Amino acid sequence: MRLSSKHLTLIIMAALIVAAPFFFPSGYYFRVGALIFVNALAVTGIVILTGYAGQISLGHAGFAGIGGYACALAPVHWGLPPALAVVLGAAVSAALAYLVGRPILRLKGYYLGVASLGFGILVAMVLNNERELTKGPDGIEVADLGLRGLLKDWGLNLSNGEFWYAFTGLCLVIGAWIALNLFNSPSGRALRALHGSEIAAGTVGIDVARVKLQAFVISAVYASVAGSLTALQNKFVTPDIAGFMHSVEMVTMAVLGGVGSVPGAILGAGILTLLPQVLTVFAEYEQLILGLVMMLVMIFLREGLVPSILRKIRGRGE
Amino acid sequence: MSLLQIERLGIAFGGLRAVHDVSFSVEPGEIVSVIGPNGAGKTTLFNMISGVYRPGSGKVRLKGEDVTGMEPFLLAARGMSRTFQNLQIFQNMTVLENAMAGFHLQERGPVLADLLNLPSSRKRTRMAEEGARALLARVGLERAADREAGNLSYGSLKRLEIARALAMNPAVLLLDEPAAGCNAVETEEIDHLIAEVAKSGVAILLVEHDMKMVMRISNHVVVLDHGEKIAEGPPEAVSRNPAVIAAYLGTEAADADR
Ligand SMILES: Nc1ncnc2c1ncn2[C@@H]1O[C@H](COP(=O)(O)OP(=O)(O)OP(=O)(O)O)[C@@H](O)[C@H]1O
Ligand SMILES: [Mg+2]
Repeated sequence: MRLSSKHLTLIIMAALIVAAPFFFPSGYYFRVGALIFVNALAVTGIVILTGYAGQISLGHAGFAGIGGYACALAPVHWGLPPALAVVLGAAVSAALAYLVGRPILRLKGYYLGVASLGFGILVAMVLNNERELTKGPDGIEVADLGLRGLLKDWGLNLSNGEFWYAFTGLCLVIGAWIALNLFNSPSGRALRALHGSEIAAGTVGIDVARVKLQAFVISAVYASVAGSLTALQNKFVTPDIAGFMHSVEMVTMAVLGGVGSVPGAILGAGILTLLPQVLTVFAEYEQLILGLVMMLVMIFLREGLVPSILRKIRGRGE
Repeated sequence: MSLLQIERLGIAFGGLRAVHDVSFSVEPGEIVSVIGPNGAGKTTLFNMISGVYRPGSGKVRLKGEDVTGMEPFLLAARGMSRTFQNLQIFQNMTVLENAMAGFHLQERGPVLADLLNLPSSRKRTRMAEEGARALLARVGLERAADREAGNLSYGSLKRLEIARALAMNPAVLLLDEPAAGCNAVETEEIDHLIAEVAKSGVAILLVEHDMKMVMRISNHVVVLDHGEKIAEGPPEAVSRNPAVIAAYLGTEAADADR
């Protein structure tokens, strides 16, 4: 059997994740790696929504917020194990995405961008203001996932950094596998077709509103799980996770790497997560730099880094 | 009962009556051509029949059922398929994937199975791929299967749209200038293909400017001018109709004046 590009992508990803720690100058980089993987997971959801289906969301951080706070609240208030809190958060995010998306996606045009923006702001507002429940802007503690202890009992002793690096890396590979499955499946073809031409998609029988909603719900689940993993890893979460800047960050990462490409999403997340670690000025000027990156990509690399590079390589090969 | 029945169909854009009071019908296996000068309302008529525009007045019946103003994706499920004068290709996909998209109604399934790449999902994809490859061969594009659709020539894209429309195994096929921009050889191939499809029992509604082609393959011709039907009948009769000649001469005279 010929190795498909899907398997090749996944193998290279897994190999990089396994090999990278050998080059880490310090244990701190396990944490940076885990941050990259979690961001890349959220951005993979954006690839499905924006890259495959051509729809824009400016409020996906809202779903990350729901995923994050589900892990903070459900174990304390309902005694749910943190792992099930991740599932609960994903289910709530999916349900909200459905409720928000359903009326909006019946309309033609870019209403989703505006509606999702409103949704994200609303979630951030609730997290900030419902102090009784969320403890407000200062944030709230999150219970331990418990998986590291379990592995220890089984004789696999990992440091906290190593565990989260490995666990989020695994989640990212699974997330990428699912997104790549979708790409070449009937549902994925329908999404990409409507991106190419909504009129033609309709005439081949694609229920455009319905499949757009599918993409929105799927990508919301990605953001939610990424939010949960962030909260669990930090054992703490603040309303910033649902903030507008976080939504913009996700879109910028996707656009930088190549919004139609899963490896691109990961590269984009990698670059924009590493940058503030290397350059401390980045934190100060984050908004400025994100805006600049977005503009430069739009001007010079419309398709984003990975697709542009692949095109160059293929062009030379011929 | 005709397969496709158009009853007093009309639409206006602002004050312009783009199509007004047009009626005719198409039977299974029949090729009906709609002709008329530029701006006569042919594409607008197609857009109303295929659900892209909601008609201002009149009715469209498919297999006897009133389908007026129904959304295109629902019409597709009822057996209506079309191509576009100004090409509506999925430029972001390969040639093969474009043709596979035509199998959407046959290949779609639970999205969860697609996300997890379950055997049922792979089976649906394989079915669509086999069907699509056979259709690409039929329109002479089998060797371009893995190319990006955006890189094909205009004539090839026209044929790709026909392959995609045929993938739906339609009962009614609307072709808006399928041979426009094609050379003589390609035109003749498309000509044969259309005749073959009609022979298999599909009702074909054709808009075409190539009069030789129209006269050669049509069973019935409907002539539009300024949105109104000015004549209809067998091709020979229509080509001798004074009103038709006047409409065409009128536009030629107007062209000459420019
Ligand atoms: N969406 C629209 N809004 C406003 N006017 C329109 C619209 N669509 C078509 N028209 C007008 O309706 C008239 C008929 O246009 P249509 O495209 O149907 O002509 P046609 O017979 O297909 O011409 P051609 O041979 O050039 O393709 C034209 O005057 C056109 O400008
Ligand atoms: Mg036209």
